[in-house]
Amino acid sequence: MLTATVIVLASFAYVGLLFAIAYYGDKRADAGRSIIANPYIYALSLAVYCTSWTFYGSVGRAATSGVGFLPIYLGPTLMAALWWYVLLKIVRISKANRITSIADFVASRYGKSQVLGGLVTIIAVVGVVPYIALQLKAISTSFAIILKYPDVVMPDQQGAPLFLGDTTFYIAMLLAAFTILFGTRHLDATERHEGLVAAVAFESVVKLLAFVAVGIFVTFGMYSGFGDIFGRASNVPDLSALLVLGGASGNYTTWASLMFLSMLAIMFLPRQFQVSVVENVDERHIPKAVWLFPLYLLAINVFVMPIALGGLMHFPPGVDADTFVLTLPMSQGQPALALFAFIGGLSAATGMVIVETIALSTMVCNDLVMPLMLRWKRLRLTERRDLSSLLLAIRRGAIVVVLVLGYLYFYLAGEAYALVSIGLISFSAVAQFAPAIIGGIYWKGGTRLGATCGLAAGFLVWVYTLLLPSFAKSGWLPIAFLNDGLFGVELLKPQQLFGLQGLDDITHCLFWSMLANIACYVGISLAQRPSAVEHSQAALFVDALRQPSAAGSRFWRGSASVADLSELLGRFLGPQRAKEALAAYAATHGFTHVEDLTADAALVHHVESLLAGAIGNASARVMVASVVQEEPLGLEEVLGIIDEASQVLAYSRELEQKSRELETATGELREMNRRLQELDRLKDDFISTVTHELRTPLTSIRAFSEILRDTPDLDTVQRTRFLGIIIKESERLTRLINQVLDLAKLESSNAEWRETEVDLKELIADSLVATSQLFEDRRIRITTDLQQVPSILADRDRLVQVMLNLLSNAAKFCSQEQGEVEVRLRYEAGTIRVDVRDNGLGISPENQKIIFEKFRQVGDTLTDKPQGSGLGLPISRQIISHFGGDFWVESRPGEGATFSFTLPVGVPARPRAAVAAGGA
Amino acid sequence: MESSLKRQRLIALFLLGCLVFDYPLFALFAGTSSVLGIPLLYVYVFVAWALLIALMALVIERPPD
Repeated sequence: MLTATVIVLASFAYVGLLFAIAYYGDKRADAGRSIIANPYIYALSLAVYCTSWTFYGSVGRAATSGVGFLPIYLGPTLMAALWWYVLLKIVRISKANRITSIADFVASRYGKSQVLGGLVTIIAVVGVVPYIALQLKAISTSFAIILKYPDVVMPDQQGAPLFLGDTTFYIAMLLAAFTILFGTRHLDATERHEGLVAAVAFESVVKLLAFVAVGIFVTFGMYSGFGDIFGRASNVPDLSALLVLGGASGNYTTWASLMFLSMLAIMFLPRQFQVSVVENVDERHIPKAVWLFPLYLLAINVFVMPIALGGLMHFPPGVDADTFVLTLPMSQGQPALALFAFIGGLSAATGMVIVETIALSTMVCNDLVMPLMLRWKRLRLTERRDLSSLLLAIRRGAIVVVLVLGYLYFYLAGEAYALVSIGLISFSAVAQFAPAIIGGIYWKGGTRLGATCGLAAGFLVWVYTLLLPSFAKSGWLPIAFLNDGLFGVELLKPQQLFGLQGLDDITHCLFWSMLANIACYVGISLAQRPSAVEHSQAALFVDALRQPSAAGSRFWRGSASVADLSELLGRFLGPQRAKEALAAYAATHGFTHVEDLTADAALVHHVESLLAGAIGNASARVMVASVVQEEPLGLEEVLGIIDEASQVLAYSRELEQKSRELETATGELREMNRRLQELDRLKDDFISTVTHELRTPLTSIRAFSEILRDTPDLDTVQRTRFLGIIIKESERLTRLINQVLDLAKLESSNAEWRETEVDLKELIADSLVATSQLFEDRRIRITTDLQQVPSILADRDRLVQVMLNLLSNAAKFCSQEQGEVEVRLRYEAGTIRVDVRDNGLGISPENQKIIFEKFRQVGDTLTDKPQGSGLGLPISRQIISHFGGDFWVESRPGEGATFSFTLPVGVPARPRAAVAAGGA
Repeated sequence: MESSLKRQRLIALFLLGCLVFDYPLFALFAGTSSVLGIPLLYVYVFVAWALLIALMALVIERPPD
């Protein structure tokens, strides 16, 4: 049986379980083995978006407006698709700048402004505390209802005792204790609370399971499926209207504006900022959350409509639709399911309260209380040695105050309109952060004054068009204010401002507040020149995805001492933690002692960011400024640095390009140089070889001439022989000189070519006739195999020169005893090929290359008498390549050699500039 | 570069979502007709929603080509 004892015990057991999970999570985090460091826990913790307003309120909303509850969840689904852009950027900025709350984010972006941080905090507190009250109300109401099990009785809030007599107060204080225990264990520069996140993720699982369990029970237990419920509902006149979206365009406008509003809420609700940004362990968890989180939303919404319709059909009028999730199982005599539903609602409410409170307390402490206390000279706070315990006390105090405020609002508002409609009113309040934040991370032009005025204007419009009317509807303000306008001025009617009609109150407020907000933000930002610090922060935020993190120190110049910085840090973090933090910094920068550190810009920046984690960016800046002599950077200088940075980037890209080009150029130059040296060496060789070759015949001419002069009585036979030698040597000399000139001409393309039709078969035959004497002298047998080939256009004399050279070489190097030379002429595939084969000693592979070089003769020049000038083959090769053919030798030592050349048919000779170098 | 392409695809899905969940496409399904007894609008929203999430999961989880 479901007695009060069972319910209370179950609730406490559940909360005890949360404590255990949070405790375990913190222990694991301290041990460095995080249990929340995975994308699934991250996505589940994001589901803190689904509060009791979802758990109970969606059904209530569906019971009055049909599918009208859906935009609240479709908006975040769409927004999730942009997370990889927007959320990633915010997370990266926040981690780089140690940002711990949404107020800190805005303040930091606009030049670490204390005023702006305070303003954001105030908006958040005013907008969100009633929302916390709504959660308390849900817990209180559901508790009162389930206590009456099995009767379904709507609780009567009136006349309940305040504070100590009220269970809700104890619940609020229990939650405060939980939050203090796991949210403010110690001051931490990152402000992450792993145990708390683990508990919140667990709560997300519980509320989803509970809601789905109730949904399945209603849909398939009480009715037979979706079709059955919807079918029966469509027969009830009042309900069938819920199943269609009203045709009036007003409904579509509401739908669109709710989607837009919830898109902003999922980003800028303080609790969402807390779990998605501050508590984010690793930005790589974001992509998976992009689809896991919408999936969660989808799952928790499938059964909303069936439960709403089932409740409406099952209960007589008078049962609040907000309680259907709980009352339907109760009415069916399902104590276990009812208890599970109650625990689910408890999960939804407590999860929200815990995270929201911790987020608000951080803001209140860092952006509201600390700046004020630091300014309050009489407190002499800046002179106190250790402020860390004071900071913790402020945090804890803020948590209690926020929860007490929430409780008071709940107590005072009760069933009033101002409480039950607070969900969307809260959303509209935090939507005011959107222009300053979205603008702040994508537009460098936004200024502090612009953001401040925009936020203030939007907030005031929100107060006037939404908050005050909700007070009026609750009876706390004269209703005339709503009906007749302020001071009875028709145009100032808060929900028909300036006569704007036809919009629901949320859309109406959204329009006017966003108009005021964005107009002030953009207008004022554009109207002024941003200051230096605004510029530097704007660059840090907008370019966050491009620059390496921790680039903030570039914008600082001044002098400080390590001791001062260390002492400052000690005052806020506690001396021990400060020492550890600086030691860690020293270690990462390669120093063994903290004393070795120099107080340069990087260290000052590091200290400031450590402080920022504890007391917020704006206060941290003030505190650091109190111990260092900062030389103010002028606007021009900051702009210069930013410019410089982008120019340096451009330069380095250009430089890279240039150096690549240089490398290639250097490579080419080196290659050219190598070839030049080679050519130089070849030229030297050539000259020395030529002079050597010329000297040999000259020497013998001179020697024989001297003999003839000195011995006049030489006999006629001798004289004739000597004169013959002289003549022969002179001829050789002449031939040599001619060949050298010839080669020089060929190589410099100055040779003259007379092209005529040449029949190669005839040409070879003529050449053979011309050399027949040579072969006969050496008794060499000649075989020919000459096909008829097409005639080609060529210089006949030159080709004869080639043939004669080949034939005379063959004769020279043929076998001495049984010389055989074979000449072949072939034509195939457009090419004429000539082979001249001998059966001499052959040419070794290494020599096959050099024989085409000038003056290179195979054989030992010391013992053998040179048998030619060494220029014949190079000249022949030049000639053949002039006509586009190839010239080569195939040989194996001992098996003779075959010299071959080819000539293309029908290809006119090309200008010979390019190929000339090829032979060298 | 891969993640840049994925981001572009996600933005396209965002725009697609804005389109399918708003007037005027929405109005096509706002009538009184039903599928298997379930109102067409209800079916449309949840099917489109599920498909959108499936596409987002596909874009993110698909290994690089």
